[in-house]
Amino acid sequence: MDDTTDRQLLNGDEAIALAARDAGVALGTGYPGTPSTEILEAFSALGGHAQWAPNEKVALEVGLGAAFAHARALVTMKHVGLNVAADPLFTVAYTGVEGALIVAVADDPGMASSQNEQDSRRYAVAAAIPVLDPADSQQAYDFTALAIEISERWRIPVMLRITTRVSHSKSIVTRRELPKPAAAPHYVRDASLRVMVPGNARRAHVRLREKLEQIRIWAEQPGHGTLLHAAVVRPDNRGIVAGGIGVAHAREAAPASDVLQVAMPHPFPAAAVRAFAAAHAACTVVEEGDPVLWEACRLADVTVPPAPAVYRFGELSVTRVRRLLAGETAPEPPPPAGKPPQLCAGCPHRAAFELLRDRHCIVSGDIGCYTLGVMPPYQAIDTTVCMGASISAGLGLRHALPPAEARRVVSVIGDSTFVHSGLTGIVEMVYNPPPTGHIVLILDNGTTAMTGLQEHPATGRTLAHQPAHKMIIEDVVRAIGVPNVLVVDHVADGNALAAALDRAQADGGLWVIVARRPCLLAAAKIKQYATPAA
Amino acid sequence: MKTVNIVIAGLGGQGIVKASDILADAAFRAGHDVKKAEVHGMSQRGGSVNTDIRYGSQVLSPMVPDGEADVLVTMDVTQIENNRYRLKPDGKLLSSECLKDFEHGPARAATVAMLGVLSACLDLPEDAWHAAIRGALPEKHHAMNLAAFAAGRHAGIAAQSSGRP
Repeated sequence: MDDTTDRQLLNGDEAIALAARDAGVALGTGYPGTPSTEILEAFSALGGHAQWAPNEKVALEVGLGAAFAHARALVTMKHVGLNVAADPLFTVAYTGVEGALIVAVADDPGMASSQNEQDSRRYAVAAAIPVLDPADSQQAYDFTALAIEISERWRIPVMLRITTRVSHSKSIVTRRELPKPAAAPHYVRDASLRVMVPGNARRAHVRLREKLEQIRIWAEQPGHGTLLHAAVVRPDNRGIVAGGIGVAHAREAAPASDVLQVAMPHPFPAAAVRAFAAAHAACTVVEEGDPVLWEACRLADVTVPPAPAVYRFGELSVTRVRRLLAGETAPEPPPPAGKPPQLCAGCPHRAAFELLRDRHCIVSGDIGCYTLGVMPPYQAIDTTVCMGASISAGLGLRHALPPAEARRVVSVIGDSTFVHSGLTGIVEMVYNPPPTGHIVLILDNGTTAMTGLQEHPATGRTLAHQPAHKMIIEDVVRAIGVPNVLVVDHVADGNALAAALDRAQADGGLWVIVARRPCLLAAAKIKQYATPAA
Repeated sequence: MKTVNIVIAGLGGQGIVKASDILADAAFRAGHDVKKAEVHGMSQRGGSVNTDIRYGSQVLSPMVPDGEADVLVTMDVTQIENNRYRLKPDGKLLSSECLKDFEHGPARAATVAMLGVLSACLDLPEDAWHAAIRGALPEKHHAMNLAAFAAGRHAGIAAQSSGRP
């Protein structure tokens, strides 16, 4: 990717970054998460102001603040990150924005690197904001520009929903001149718009529904919320209503069918879809994930058969769309299994999981590379739910289990995840300590390893690897009130972690053990960042 | 022009994604429509990595449909059988086992050497390949990788003319 050519081969994430740059987005913020991570990395590489937030809620709040100040802001996350950011999302829909607020959310159908396959289009409906659903990199570029236009015209946050095969597929992108912000950032006071006390919020909700109605009317114009891809061979008079990557698969699987792409799944451009359906003998919906378009069609009185349940799971492909269109409902043969991922040879997490396994601990785990501690030969993780749950769920286990079993419970969390959602768990631990105490093991490898070695507030470097204030994890947990805090390098001293666990398990109080050793993949880079440029 | 479909399969750390970037860029430089799909994330940790590269006058889906790959390139013997269903019936399997038959330089250039072998089966101009390799790798690694590519291409052309896969 570069800043000088007009036609390039980009993945969807890079295309979003390029459009944001071309449109003068003032601030990009987010939390890393596959497959969304590359958006901000690319935006930074292009010279944009990009920063990692401690978590997605903070990122969205920083972004909405910028948009209150008439700036254009881009906030990025993966689908499960939107759960964390849901609180501000639902109310910034009410307040609206002055500049542009684009929430780019990457779904992971098939769960290549996620704990669930929730469909973010549902959030757009629930939070009452428009969502755009691109099918390739050119559309990722174009829809980013369109999202900014809609956000500013109707003063509403707009979701840009992408999926793995849009984020991580490359296709050709042609840039164009994009309109720049009309005004420099500034503040205009209007508490009635931005202070959501009940009196203001009641009016704001009515205003929001009026905006959505106007946007729906706009979206129903041909070429706005829907895009027609006409059949390329003699038409069979079948119509396909499709969204996202499903559009690409459907066009290939059914060259004789017209495909109507629903570019804006919400607010649903019902009249446009109804007109398309009326012009075809029969219609089928092709979409990855939840039946969002199907349900919207049914509400709009468009007769479409439900997709068989098998297509609700995993990614679509041309092969699967052919089966779907042929009406095949039989379970599909599973693809041959590949080699599963594992902790790298020499990974410092390995030694930790050997110890936890050998001590028969009940391990309340978390989200990161170390989730691979569930794989053989360790099989040393008992639960993994969401970011930060290791600590709080571990406390719940300790409260509920009889003492002999409760004492076996250990919470294991990584450094980036700890900053993201572990702090409040530590507050809970000192406020409501279980009778048997608790042990939290923080595996601090100095990076957000799983998503590709991103920085976070406890590495002491910014997104662009420049020096920043460093949050010291052990100081923070001491300050919260944890009485027993140990820091060990379990690779340099092979007995250190075992000795620390011995002490903690014998004591029965509240313990945090920080096992600090840089990720094997990150260590050389970390040294390089620490060396001042010659 | 009919779409050309290639699948490259290997393990995390073998440079599979980089190789697919080079192939996609070579096809782009040759003036084709190109799409490329891959799965990142977990794949970095030594697990299976697959990438699909497609080029032609108009490419729709970024993923090669099952049983439609013209060429399957495998960088590890463990990744042949689980990916064979991607190949079309008369498709060509290029296994990295063929690298044992010729000198291609250091092991870390093996994947680029396999691109050389692959290049003998494709109709992309050699200068597009060279430009793509230069564009994807730091300058200090150009000579080594261009040499590995040339060795692979030479071996691939020789194998084609002798009728071996």
